[in-house]
Order: sequence, then structure tokens, then C-alpha cells
Amino acid sequence: MDLLIKGGYVYDPLNGINGEIMDISVKEGKIVEKVNEHEAHVIDASGMIVMPGGIDIHTHIAGSEVNSGRLLRPEDHIRDVESKTLITRSGVGYSVPSTFTTGYRYARMGYTLLCNPSMPPLEAKHTHEELDDTPIVDKVTFPLLGDWWFVLEYLRDKKIKECAEHVAWMIIATKGYAIKIVNPGGLEAWGFGRNVKSLDDPVPYFNVTPREIIRGLCIVNKMLNLPHTIHVHTNRLGQPGNYATTLETMDCVKDLAINDKPVIHITHCQFSAFKGDSWATMRSGAEEIAKYVNAHSHVTLDMGQVIFTDTTTMTADGPWQYTLYELSGNKWVNHDVEVETSSGIVPFRYRRKSYVHATMWSIGLELALLIKDPWKIYLTTDHPNGGPFTEYPRIVSWLMSRKAREETLKKINKKARAKSLLPSIDREYTFYEIAIATRAGQAKALGLRNKGHLGVGADADIAIYNINPKEVDPSNDYKVIQRAFLRAAYTIKDGEVVVKDGEVVKAIDGKTYWINFEESSINPLLSVSESLKRKFREYWTVELENYFIPERYLKHPVSINIKAGVWPL
Amino acid sequence: MAIIIQITPKYEFKVPVYAKCISPDVFDGKGLEEISKLRVLEGNRNRTLGDLFDIKLKDKDDAETIIHLLGSFIKVREIGANMTRGKIIIDGDVGMHLGEGMSGGEIIVNGYADSWAGGAMKGGRIEIKGSAGDYIGAPYRGSKEGMRGGTIIVHGDAGREVGCLMMGGLIRIYGSVKHFVGIDMLDGTIVVHGDSAGKAGGGMRGGRIIICGYIPSILPTFTIEDIRPSVNIDGEKISGPFYRFIGDMADKGEGRLFISKNKNPHLSFYEKYL
Ligand SMILES: [Zn+2]
Repeated sequence: MDLLIKGGYVYDPLNGINGEIMDISVKEGKIVEKVNEHEAHVIDASGMIVMPGGIDIHTHIAGSEVNSGRLLRPEDHIRDVESKTLITRSGVGYSVPSTFTTGYRYARMGYTLLCNPSMPPLEAKHTHEELDDTPIVDKVTFPLLGDWWFVLEYLRDKKIKECAEHVAWMIIATKGYAIKIVNPGGLEAWGFGRNVKSLDDPVPYFNVTPREIIRGLCIVNKMLNLPHTIHVHTNRLGQPGNYATTLETMDCVKDLAINDKPVIHITHCQFSAFKGDSWATMRSGAEEIAKYVNAHSHVTLDMGQVIFTDTTTMTADGPWQYTLYELSGNKWVNHDVEVETSSGIVPFRYRRKSYVHATMWSIGLELALLIKDPWKIYLTTDHPNGGPFTEYPRIVSWLMSRKAREETLKKINKKARAKSLLPSIDREYTFYEIAIATRAGQAKALGLRNKGHLGVGADADIAIYNINPKEVDPSNDYKVIQRAFLRAAYTIKDGEVVVKDGEVVKAIDGKTYWINFEESSINPLLSVSESLKRKFREYWTVELENYFIPERYLKHPVSINIKAGVWPL
Repeated sequence: MAIIIQITPKYEFKVPVYAKCISPDVFDGKGLEEISKLRVLEGNRNRTLGDLFDIKLKDKDDAETIIHLLGSFIKVREIGANMTRGKIIIDGDVGMHLGEGMSGGEIIVNGYADSWAGGAMKGGRIEIKGSAGDYIGAPYRGSKEGMRGGTIIVHGDAGREVGCLMMGGLIRIYGSVKHFVGIDMLDGTIVVHGDSAGKAGGGMRGGRIIICGYIPSILPTFTIEDIRPSVNIDGEKISGPFYRFIGDMADKGEGRLFISKNKNPHLSFYEKYL
């Protein structure tokens, strides 16, 4: 049935629409110019905010790592239980909710597309099975490629074309969407019980440096014409003094940018913006990072905001997770994924009264507020690393209200408060800027043309929040904002009302987007299969034939066909 | 005016009945009709208390509400869960999760209490005149937060993992216990007047376990500290002598394990390490 959303205040930054009262028409899951009002289902959105559906560019929601997190944390489940309803399934988990619950909770907040950012290729099948079971929302997933043995070998031998073919094959084989790089070189070094210390510290045995990996994969990314940039979790993440490494990381691909287009995404930047040389002297490096990002256009970031709560940390960064275990003394998982990557999981509680945790909380917000252009930094917690995604509305209120920030500042560690830059920052996000930081910016960074906006032809993924921007002053009424963003008045997915008044009313399946390459532009399968077959037999516990995921394995796959570019080399 | 509420099962239950509503907190201020309409689960079916039980109200001039359960309640779970006041007396056996999470009031069982009696309780008192199942005072599976306060007394024997993850309060077992008494406990006191099947205090990091009877062996991750003539529990002196062990060293624990010297001559070899 056609849908007409009448009279809402529309925030659609990709089309430059800033709170105008407009009608949005929907036909067959797409936004159209007009529908017949008498035949359409009409939603009265007057006095409400209408935005494109939310997009999360970085959230760990599926795969072996997330599932190990679930297994590790029964105490996370027992205190957060959702019963089944006529429409939804039951589920458990606060920081690592079960798959169905994850989909429902995101949809309730008006989110309609999620990026699962860290998929060990070997465990891609498991990841897709869980993504298939994450209802309502659309999904994409990024294979971890920065510490893949073949990638390391190709880059060491300067075989960039072969590397690109191999990466293309990997993306097709795993039904992935973008190149994910985690602590480049450090994960392989961890296999030797070590870590890399800088961008120029070579990986043991492979003798290739993190700088060569980042640059090499950035070139590969351009050669393959991938819609998203390389998605990078920096070296030395979580270590005091790492802001310098982050600056170097951004700078090391500066020359690869053309026409000011972004070539690198630094994810959960908060964790990579520490100054100082020990935990005692650790302080914010947000000013330096913001200064760099404000002066350059080849970088996008996401926040990785910390919430004061009990959560579960999980990354592919084995050495960092080991450090977290040593810091917390908590139970932990550490895992070597054959020749591909590592991973680790540690339950963690961020405490207001801890100097380091409170400083981390401040850094995330400082970054989002000091980086002037909201198209460059997006709202995330690196769910669940900084806190569960269900806390996003709280972050929205911090961004929109100085008063909300001050309320929290009052309760944090004194020394952290004294050093925080937040009291000196007056900036408050507008609804327009929130729409950029939570959907439009992500859609642009991901290169998803039909997402994150409400122009004609876009997918009809729409969120309506019960806030009247003419009556509510976010600066003072931040609690109203928080409540409204936690429970969308309506969430519309592919033209269907899936959430009403914060409750799921229809549990449809979302799609999984993956990147395919037009055969004329590249034929990766043929060119790598012989050496791959041989190496699979030598190195892996699985056969090559069982590794490749056919499209039919996915419930609702949608391939995005890319024409790989002309080789520049 | 406070009241006595008498509850008797109408028939023998074949499946578990979840009756969290049998609690003085819930009954207070309600009449017979309202109480009869309280929701319970029989298996996966929604029922009312009145469907399953005969309920009688007796006026009484006492200040507190007393719930008197008569008959076999062995299939009935979560009785008195989260209660904060009043009294429940059970003349018969009672099912799992009795008084789970309670913070006040008193429960007396004139019979057997199944597993998780007093699970993760915070305060109040449970006295079981018969024996008890496993996980006495322990939190339900998954939770890391055990009993914080209050007292559980079992006159008969108790099963495995008594006081698992205990953080405070007192558990007193007059009979014997099975394996892993005080596993992972952090604080509080467990006294076993009878024997222990072994593995006492595995993973404990704090608190005290006193075993007055026989124990086959002590976990190798405990070290002997000294021999004590007696132990004091809330002013009451329990006579020993006791071997005092510290552990669980595998978890950097500082729990104290008191083991009767006289009942355990096979442990005398520890004395040479003193
Ligand atoms: Zn992440």
C-alpha cells in the first residue's frame, strides 16, 4: 500500500532540507514524487520530526566474536530479558543482545541499516547466518583483511595488482562490503606474542610495515572502486600517546586523495585520541585530531563514545584485548583466527569516578564537538565496546545540550573534569547536524546512494520522532530528546511501518548488501585460484571449496555491482 | 488489622507452577477475591491463584501478614521471591527459588526445600526444618551476584554449591553438604555442622567456611595458616580445634576455610607445614 507522511518537519541533509514542513510519499518501498492521498495509508506527522532511517557505520552485532561474547556473559543476559510478543521473538542481553533483539531494538530507535565492521573471513558464514537472523534492518559486513597472510605477502612483494585481485575475491567470497583493517600488522605480530609499536615497525616474518599495509590497501580500495573507504582501527589503539599514531595514520594516505574525496575512515576515534605516556598522565588528544580533520578532507571518523556502564569489549585487536584483561582482571577470551586475524573479548565497566574512563568519555564528545563539519564524524559507541547502542539517545542529548554535558560532568572524576575541554565548548548540535551524524553522513561515507536521504528514488527507510522542533528546546529539554530518540514514533522500512510508538508492529526481514565486481572489470576468481588452492591446503583447516559463500547462502542478498577501476600502476 | 492467609493446593501439580505472587508484599491490602485473581503460571499456561489453590483468610490482630501454606508445594516455585516483610510458613515440601532475592521477613519450611532456596537473598531469614536441594543462597545461573545478607538455616542436609558467589550473610547447615560448598564466595559465613563431600571453597576470594565434620581432602590451592581453638559467629563460639586454610590461591583469594581437626585425622600431615 502507498504511504503518505504528512506535515512533518523534515530533516534530509543530503538534499539540503532543514526542518521544512513537507509530505513524503512512498510507493513500493521507494520514495516517490506523489501518491494518491485517498488510496494511501496516511501518517499524520505534524508536530514531529521526519528523518531518513538511522545508519550505524560501526556496530558489532554478528559473528563468532559477538557470539563468544554472548557465551562469556550470562550475567549480561539474566538482567535484560525480553519476552516474546505476537510479533517479536524473545531475547536476552544488554551489551550483547541476541540477534533478533538487536534488530528490534535498533528499529525501535529508528535505525534501518547497520554495518557489522569486523568479520574474520573464515567466520563469514557464521556472521551471515546471524545477520540473516537480525530482523528489520539492512546489513553490510566488512571482512578483516589488514593482517591476512596473502595481503601481507603481496604488499611486501609490491604486487599491488595481485593484492587487489585477491581482495576482490575475498570480498566476493565472504559477501563483504568494505575493507576492514584492525591494528595493521599488530594482529599478526600478536601471533608472535608481540605488537607493532609504530607505523614503521615491521611485522615479524612478513617484514612489511603498518604504513605499507594501510597505503597498500588504500590503493587497492581505489583500484577496486569500492563505495566505502578503508575502515581503519588504528595501531596502538587504547594506549596513552596514540593520538600521534592516529595523526600519522591519517596523514600517510593524504597523497592518495583526489578531489578532496575521503580515502580513509578512522573508526571509534575516541580510543585512538589519547595523549600522555602512561595511564597516570593520559589526557585528551581530541584538539590535535580535530585540528587535523578540520584542515583536511580525506578523512572521516566515527566517535566510539564511552558510556558509564557495564559492557563487553570485543575487537579483532588481540593484543589490546589482552591489555584490557590485564587492566580489569576480568574473564577474557583471546583467539587466533588461523592465517587471518586475531580477536579478544573482555567484559568491562566504565566508571564515572575513574580518571581514565571519565577522560575517555570526554574525548569522544570533544571530538564530535571540535570537528566542525558533521559530515566528517558520526555517532557510534563502537557497540558494544564503548557501551551498547541502546545508549545512542543519551549521546544525542549530550551533543545537543551543553546542559546535559554539564549534568554528567558534575558526576565524573574531579581530575578528569578539571582537564576536560567540554566546559570550554559551547557548540550544540542542531537536528540537522544530528541527522547528518546519525544517517546522512554515514550513507555518504558508505557510498550507499539510496540510503540516508528522502529524495525521490531513495529506499523508503524513514524514522519519525515525536519531537516538535518549534516547541522543544533541545538545549534545555534534553531528556525529551533522549526519550524521543529511544522510541521512534514510527519506523518505516522499505515502505512498511515496522515500529509504532516505540514498539515493533511488524517484523520483516532486512537485506544484506554485498559488493560484486563486473566481470569485464576484473576476474579475480581465475587469476588467484591456483595459488589460493595450494595455500588453502597448506594453511587452513577448511578447504577452499567450503570457504566461498554462494549468494544463495544468504536469506536476502542484494549485490551492488561495481566496475573496478583502471589499474593506475 | 493484619491477617493469616491459608493456602492449600487443589490437586497434585504435574508441571512446575510459578507463583511469585505468594508473598506478603503482594497480598498486603488485598481481599480474598483480589488474591484469588493473582496470576500464576502452570507450565506455560496462565492461571489464577484461585484456579490452583484453596485460599482462606483469617483475621488476626498481629501486626504482620502471615501466609500459611499447607500441603505439598514441591512443584511450586518462587514462593516469597523478593519479599521484604511478613512471614510465610510452609507445612510441607516446597519448590525451587523459595524466597529468591528476598530482603526482609521470614520463611519457615516444615519440610524439604528444593534448589535455590534463598537464592541471592539480601536480607531476612529462612529456616528449613528438613533438608534442602542444591544452590542454597546461590544466584540463578548466569548471574554473578550471590547472597548479600540475611540468614538461611537448614536443619537437615543440603546439596551442591551451597552459598555459591555469596557476598554476605550467614548460611548454617546442621546436616551435611555435597561438593563445592562456598564456591566462588566473596564474603559472608557458611557453617556446616555435618560433613562435606569435598572441594570446599573452590574459587573463593573472601569470607569464611566452617566445617565441623569430615571432609575427604582440601583443594591443593589452599594453604594452611594455623590451628584455631574455636570460631566466633555473631558472638556464638563454635569449639574446634580447627585447621585454618587460606585460599583459593588460584584466584588470589583470601577466603578462610576452618576444618575440624578432630574429625579429620587424615589431614594431620598439613601440620608439618606450620
Ligand atoms: Zn569496532
